[in-house]
Amino acid sequence: MSRVNDVGGQTGFGALEIEADEPPFHADWEARVFALNSVLVRNGVYRLDEFRDTVERLPPADYLAASYYERWLAAIETLLERRGVGTGD
Amino acid sequence: MSGEHASVPVAARVRRLEERLIDAGVVGQDQLDAVLAAMLKGATPLNGARIVARAWSDDGFRARLLADANAALPEVGLSMKGGIQEQRLKVVANTPHAHNVLVCTLCSCYPIGLLGPSPSWYKSEAYRSRVVREPRAVLAEFGLHLPDDTAITVWDSSAESRYLVLPRRPDGTGGLSEPELAALVTREGLIGTAAV
Repeated sequence: MSRVNDVGGQTGFGALEIEADEPPFHADWEARVFALNSVLVRNGVYRLDEFRDTVERLPPADYLAASYYERWLAAIETLLERRGVGTGD
Repeated sequence: MSGEHASVPVAARVRRLEERLIDAGVVGQDQLDAVLAAMLKGATPLNGARIVARAWSDDGFRARLLADANAALPEVGLSMKGGIQEQRLKVVANTPHAHNVLVCTLCSCYPIGLLGPSPSWYKSEAYRSRVVREPRAVLAEFGLHLPDDTAITVWDSSAESRYLVLPRRPDGTGGLSEPELAALVTREGLIGTAAV
């Protein structure tokens, strides 16, 4: 069974948007999310495959509405809540 | 707590999450800074360009690169072990009648260590969905118009595999040094959305 992320060959996503001289990240928080995920995996909090799986299991409507790093953030939060890591304020 | 996510601006949400994880000792600020600095400094298309320039200059390296890229990369001081886990790399060579282009239809797998962070279009649903269905039209949107008799192969990356395109060496570059050749190579050439 395919998930929402399995878009190869689908139609309807429109034309490409190609940004000239695009920076590595479009906002500081995107870079922070990138770094957080790397360190959480390196520190053994979760595994990279679990992270991918969690991104792919986001509710389809949320997945399509979110930007790339918003998906990452949602997956990180989901994994941390599942493990009860860093969720207490 | 999850309920407040929608109402909190994303930058503040990330900051809070980061602070909680640092306070709990789950991650270190120095670790976060080091990961980001290493990625921004070390991961650049100059790495991919260096591989291509060597392959254009040294037929032996080219053959070893195409046969087993992971084993050949150390010859130019690179490796696929720099990320979270080692990835299998396959280098695919363009010829006068065959062109290669990369995608990750499922998400965004990409040789970051050799190309730097991927551009947004590479991660977009538009590119991922279309390049496997109508590659010629997609390449034309990048300004790459291939002859009808040029075969196009689209390589779909996966969790454990990465690809890199070896573009054709441009005509009239016979006298150039490796650094001069490397300067001709673009990120898009290494993805396959440009000729070089």
